Amino acid sequence: MTPDLRAEGEGPPIEGGETKATGIIPIAGPRREFLAGVRAELPLLPGVIPFGMIYGVLALEAGIPSGLALAMSSIVFAGSSQFAATQLIGAGASAAVVVATAFILNLRHSLYSFSLAPHLAPLSAPWKWLLSYLLTDEAYAVTAARYRQGETEGPLHHAHWFFLGAGLTLWASWQLSTAAGVFLGAQVPRDWSLDFTLPLTFIGLGVPTLRDRPTLLAALVGGTLAVVLAGLPYRLGLMVAAVAGILAGLWADRQRADVGMRD
Amino acid sequence: MRLWLIVLGIGAVTYAVRVAPILLLGRQGLPPLVVRALRYVPPAVLSAIVFPELVMSGGSPVLSLENPRLLAGLLAGLIAWRTRNVFLTLIVGMGALWGLTAAQG
Repeated sequence: MTPDLRAEGEGPPIEGGETKATGIIPIAGPRREFLAGVRAELPLLPGVIPFGMIYGVLALEAGIPSGLALAMSSIVFAGSSQFAATQLIGAGASAAVVVATAFILNLRHSLYSFSLAPHLAPLSAPWKWLLSYLLTDEAYAVTAARYRQGETEGPLHHAHWFFLGAGLTLWASWQLSTAAGVFLGAQVPRDWSLDFTLPLTFIGLGVPTLRDRPTLLAALVGGTLAVVLAGLPYRLGLMVAAVAGILAGLWADRQRADVGMRD
Repeated sequence: MRLWLIVLGIGAVTYAVRVAPILLLGRQGLPPLVVRALRYVPPAVLSAIVFPELVMSGGSPVLSLENPRLLAGLLAGLIAWRTRNVFLTLIVGMGALWGLTAAQG
């Protein structure tokens, strides 16, 4: 604050009073957003780290050399498709089947990408390339929540730093846990059922998105159909179920709007 | 060599799926219908991943109290709903799975 401005001010000058005066959340700078992104990601790591370690163990068991198992975590950086690929490679599937399966499993990331695109539109191309690389379930969940906050608490000019903080935190954890899995190898006991941490993490992320009837219906239809169609090849059932769930949500939304108009 | 090509292929399709909408979609935003649909993406996709993990056992669905993953998952869902805390959800869910598995011997 310059002395000139202060002389024009109506009230008494307040030392560092800006944050207090604007109330709840001050417009955060890059550093604060970055650190907030890191912090938001931390509670998700206990679900990611065991998952990365199990991937490392399974990759070696499937006959993937340790160097490639590590490289896959940074080249692909998508847990569920790395698991599926490992499984299929171990079972001797053809290259085309492995790549197609990974593609189908990762289609959901395009939906995340669609949802963040309007927020990221003002950024430069290198930012877009980098953040797209870091776009995972876990980074999306906290970043989308941050942008939702922005809708109620005023514009966020540096929320892409939040995304970067969350994304890099997850990236580093994934690389380190994969490496731990590869080096520890078979020493991780099977009967710990550590693979269960993945669905638990998704439950923790998903349940808070159930805010009303349409979202609940979307979840029930998506989940139930995924069970019914679990036998379909290449995990196609997952994609069909997800699309059906989205349509069910839209349908319920429409019903509600119609009822609202009649009232 | 063949395995490296497979991994590069998976990396390429994964990145393409993630980058295309962000890169191609301008500031003008999405049609309202798509915006509404996006609201249902997380619940629909996450539950489509989670439900089979809880219910399927050896290739067929097991909807009974004998299924420790189902019970532990339901408990975790309750915790997530009440606390909105991912870490607590994880701790309670894993604890329940271990407890139930041990109890079943």
